[in-house]
Amino acid sequence: MAYLELDRVAKQFGAQTVVDDFSLSVGKGEFISFLGPSGCGKTTTLQMIAGFLDPTRGAIRLEGKDLTAIHPAKRGLGIVFQSYALFPHMTAAENVAFGLKMRNVPRGERAERVRAALAMVGLAGYEDRHPRRMSGGQQQRVALARALVIKPSVLLLDEPLSNLDAKLREEMQIELRQIQRTIGTTTILVTHDQNEAMSLSDRIVVMSQGKIEQIGTPQETYEKPASAFVSQFLGKTNDFPGMIDRVVSPTQLVAGSWRAPAPAGLGGPVTVSVRPERIGFADTGLSAKIVTRIFQGNHWLFQCDSECGPAIVIRQNDGKPQPAEGEAVRLTWRPEDMSVRGGASV
Amino acid sequence: MSMAADERNARAPWALTAPALMLFVGVLLIPLATTVMLSFHDWGQYKGIEPVFILKNWHEIATDPYYAEMFWRTFRVAILTTLLTALLGAPEAYILNRMSGRWKSFFLLVILGPLLISVVARTLGWALLFGGNNGLVNKLLMSLGVMRSPIPFMFTETGMIIALAHVMMPFMVLSVWAALQRLDPQIENAAMSLGAGPTTIIRRIIMPQIMPGVLSGAIIVFSLSASAFATPAIIGGRRLKVAATLAYDEFLNTLNWPLGAAVATLLLVALVLIVVGSNALIERRYAEVFR
Repeated sequence: MAYLELDRVAKQFGAQTVVDDFSLSVGKGEFISFLGPSGCGKTTTLQMIAGFLDPTRGAIRLEGKDLTAIHPAKRGLGIVFQSYALFPHMTAAENVAFGLKMRNVPRGERAERVRAALAMVGLAGYEDRHPRRMSGGQQQRVALARALVIKPSVLLLDEPLSNLDAKLREEMQIELRQIQRTIGTTTILVTHDQNEAMSLSDRIVVMSQGKIEQIGTPQETYEKPASAFVSQFLGKTNDFPGMIDRVVSPTQLVAGSWRAPAPAGLGGPVTVSVRPERIGFADTGLSAKIVTRIFQGNHWLFQCDSECGPAIVIRQNDGKPQPAEGEAVRLTWRPEDMSVRGGASV
Repeated sequence: MSMAADERNARAPWALTAPALMLFVGVLLIPLATTVMLSFHDWGQYKGIEPVFILKNWHEIATDPYYAEMFWRTFRVAILTTLLTALLGAPEAYILNRMSGRWKSFFLLVILGPLLISVVARTLGWALLFGGNNGLVNKLLMSLGVMRSPIPFMFTETGMIIALAHVMMPFMVLSVWAALQRLDPQIENAAMSLGAGPTTIIRRIIMPQIMPGVLSGAIIVFSLSASAFATPAIIGGRRLKVAATLAYDEFLNTLNWPLGAAVATLLLVALVLIVVGSNALIERRYAEVFR
């Protein structure tokens, strides 16, 4: 049975629908990311789970109980805010202890749990620091400890890493994942950063304009995007116009000079979507000319002008010679590396 | 960089601040020094001011209980006014801050509006409402038979405090408002998610963070109330003199300038000591919130 369940949840502000028909069931211990551009409704959904907003329609259930009937202060969820929202007049230890005080945890146990929580996020010895005297990364850790120390049923993270610089963000991602694995708290992360969503989550909910575009594992959403939006949003992709030719036998999928056996049950014009790192140079295939070649250390990035429009190709830097700018090449890929969208069913 | 350029650079700040400095010295420091000097001069009904150095005025202030009572009243009124503005102004600013856009700007205007009207006009408003038998409110209440005699407001300390609090309220609200702007907009949600109820949030999270705002507002209100002239003059009249009205009377009615100067100097010194002292205390106590 689902641990946390959102059932056709919708939120309207006046005439504007911000979240629509949002259904999701989250298993216990799962790490879920809400991924989408700003204004897609991901934070609104999180705030409805937290209880800061009431859904216009639909139900939110935790272990089968209606969560929307419970006051936000009684839900027992741990929340890390984008701005951290630490209490500036309290020390790190007092910040972490606040939730325990509200739960009337006796003093001795409280001190022990605060110490353990701060140690877990790597801040042992920082107990008496005030938040304004700490770096962004340290404040972030205090916020995480404060949310986790109350042993929340669900941990909600609202873009927690977006205020950190790139290097620190990567470190925190790894650490966050390790902490979450260790304590096994069901976690929901809101982010607009696809790398963050992919490296942290068990499953990603890709959202656009208040609707769910796709729910799937990071691999699924990357390899088999359900819509053009998903394939564009999760990394770079090439979209080529193609055609399924059912006149010849066996039926063929054709994109420019590239052809392959057609998937069953489809016909007519389609869109062929291929990730840049899955395209290789070969003797046959889509004819193209290399416009620019950029060296990026561990890989090469080629921008090509193909007969089906612009194409991006990424090749591992394996030490072998690579085609030069202006060179005519043929682009090819394995049929299993593409996803085909559109096309009439036959 | 050459020595000449260094020297020029060192002189530049002085040259640039010179006009302001001269104005400051001319209209503030010199008159102030003259006033302090004046407080040591002698004065007599028939001989006028005598430029000698004596402690007569200071001795009189120190020994005559009339002055002690007057100064005590001045600071009592100022303290109670400050408490009243803090008690009403802080919640007012908090409520204002929670209002939505259009109402917020409207009520902010309502609160700041009185600053555009002269203090005298605002105080006279109170006199019109409660001034003896002819005050509007008194008349109404008496004609309705609710009261037999007018509400004692004019020439009472209570009336003075209420009128002063009304005049000073915008300073308190603005000061608390500024502190509220520094609050993380999610801080209440954060406290709520950790299990805190509305009263706990206000008491443990909001209050400590806006306290510096309340205290700096209190310093402004206190010093303005202690040195206020128009409101105590109109509401308190001759009966309830405070330091500012007493100094005024000595200067313009008794013509005993040296005594007036001594009263004014003592008020100034006391205020500076109180304000600087409490400011230092506040900054030390709330160092973490101020940073």
